[in-house]
Amino acid sequence: MTVAAIALNTFREAVRDRILYAILIFALVMLAGSTILVTISVGGEVKIIKDLGLACISIFGTLIAIFLGIGLVSKEIERRTLYTIITKPIHRYQFILGKYLGLVLTLLVNVAVMALGLLGLAYLWEGVSSVRLFLAVLFIFLELMLVTALALLFSAFSSPTLSAIFTLSLFVAGHLSGDLRLFAARFGGAVTKLSAETLYFLLPNLSRLNFKDQAVHGFGVDGGSMGLSFLYAIFHIAALVLAAMAIFERRDFK
Amino acid sequence: MNAIETEKLGKEHRTGFWRKRVCALSQLDLTVAEGEVFGYLGPNGAGKTTTLKLLMGLLRPTSGDARLLGRPLGDVRAKQQIGFLPEQPSFYDYLTGRELLDFFGQLVGLDRSLRRERVERLARQLRIESALELQIRKYSKGMLQRLGLAQALLNDPRLVLLDEPMSGLDPLGRREVRDLLLRLKSEGRTVFFSSHIIPDVEVVCDRVGILVGGRLVAQGPLDEILLARIASIEVTASQVPPEIMGELDHLLVTRPVSRGEQLLLTVRDEGALAELVARLVEAKAAIHAILPHRESLEEYFLRHVEPREV
Ligand SMILES: Nc1ncnc2c1ncn2[C@@H]1O[C@H](COP(=O)(O)OP(=O)(O)OP(=O)(O)O)[C@@H](O)[C@H]1O
Ligand SMILES: [Mg+2]
Repeated sequence: MTVAAIALNTFREAVRDRILYAILIFALVMLAGSTILVTISVGGEVKIIKDLGLACISIFGTLIAIFLGIGLVSKEIERRTLYTIITKPIHRYQFILGKYLGLVLTLLVNVAVMALGLLGLAYLWEGVSSVRLFLAVLFIFLELMLVTALALLFSAFSSPTLSAIFTLSLFVAGHLSGDLRLFAARFGGAVTKLSAETLYFLLPNLSRLNFKDQAVHGFGVDGGSMGLSFLYAIFHIAALVLAAMAIFERRDFK
Repeated sequence: MNAIETEKLGKEHRTGFWRKRVCALSQLDLTVAEGEVFGYLGPNGAGKTTTLKLLMGLLRPTSGDARLLGRPLGDVRAKQQIGFLPEQPSFYDYLTGRELLDFFGQLVGLDRSLRRERVERLARQLRIESALELQIRKYSKGMLQRLGLAQALLNDPRLVLLDEPMSGLDPLGRREVRDLLLRLKSEGRTVFFSSHIIPDVEVVCDRVGILVGGRLVAQGPLDEILLARIASIEVTASQVPPEIMGELDHLLVTRPVSRGEQLLLTVRDEGALAELVARLVEAKAAIHAILPHRESLEEYFLRHVEPREV
């Protein structure tokens, strides 16, 4: 009940924040605009609509995750709203979990709105509903949950600005680490290889969660690799949230 | 059982680039019995807020330990029976007063109907009923303070810790809080509150602790603490022969003040008083009153800011 109450209150805060609506409306306008553009210029290639739509969900979802995530804990400390919360009969980890789940719920609603728009458009074009498209969105959502957990972790010990820088760098590195490893394996010396490997294992490999091409081009989907990627995401999310809890548990609130 | 027990409780902050140590509280030994109203007094920066944050688990002690209601710091079952008002409280300003109190009611584990009832009752007692539907960002400072007091009492606490509960309130509001503290006491609750304003403390407290520079310099009933050191004694006399005035001079701490017939003579301590009275009696002067002046809290603070003073 405690965690749910904190999560719902975090959701309520997001819902009453204008930034969220700005992002959401912008995303829907982009989606609709690109569809019209595609219809006029290319004569309605559904692939391009799917491609743009998934990119839209991914980009705007990431924006929400980072923008709201970086202040999730630090803003409560800065504004001293935390003092009357964690002195209530609750555990500190319940607060962290509640804040995290609240933002995940916010993302879920937003992604659902955007995804319904995209799936609807795709259905209008093709007349069949696309399971692959749905799966691609699901993995985008998992990636957003992972990015949120990253932002939460940084938010538990640093200011919003620093958290934003850290989260963004890890987000970019997380998308590049897979490529970097391949590149180093092919062209690099022993040291380069080793450091690329280390980086690859330390950083969450976000490209593992990318199933956009399968959805857009209709490539075959390997259930096993998808399952592994799913576990990979869940494992990282759990580790990050636990780390955030551990750091928060020891903090002084000045 | 004692409501609050601290043993050599201390907190050092590390600040700046060199992580310099700043001692905010040192070696605090304090006990507050259940049912007591305890005033925690001290000038700005004395360490009052630090103590309350340590007790509520917002800061971790760097030395010593404490127990609230017989349980270690941060214990959730203890917190279930404790209400806390932080210094200059700040709440989610996108909520209305009612939404906030309802949310806090959930955190302390009240069911829906109990929440509604408590929120209504506390809003009435603290006179913020009309502000319940207003967004907190539109609250005045005094309204925020009242909302803060209301949320501290939501869980029907056995022990209430308040950091400057009267700050931000007008004279009427201060009096209401004073009455509230007295009512909490009459209901058998323990109250521990910080302040630096004497009249607020004098009326309601059973005992006070005086904190200066992170050290507890005294604890006990307020008048005992202040009377323990008499600052001066005033003697009102008349028909004092002018020729003995010269002999009295070395006894007095200020020049004699005449009020019509009467003369006001001030001496430092009992020794000087005995001598003065003897001389006056000898000279057949009339003595009307002898009035000891207890030290004011300000003077007390001042004397302890420089502890090496002789
Ligand atoms: N985060 C911090 N870092 C460094 N020093 C601190 C920190 N917080 C408090 N202090 C120092 O600890 C001392 C005690 O501060 P505290 O806030 O407890 O005083 P206070 O008695 O509540 O004062 P006031 O009446 O002004 O509220 C002060 O000297 C203060 O400068
Ligand atoms: Mg203070």
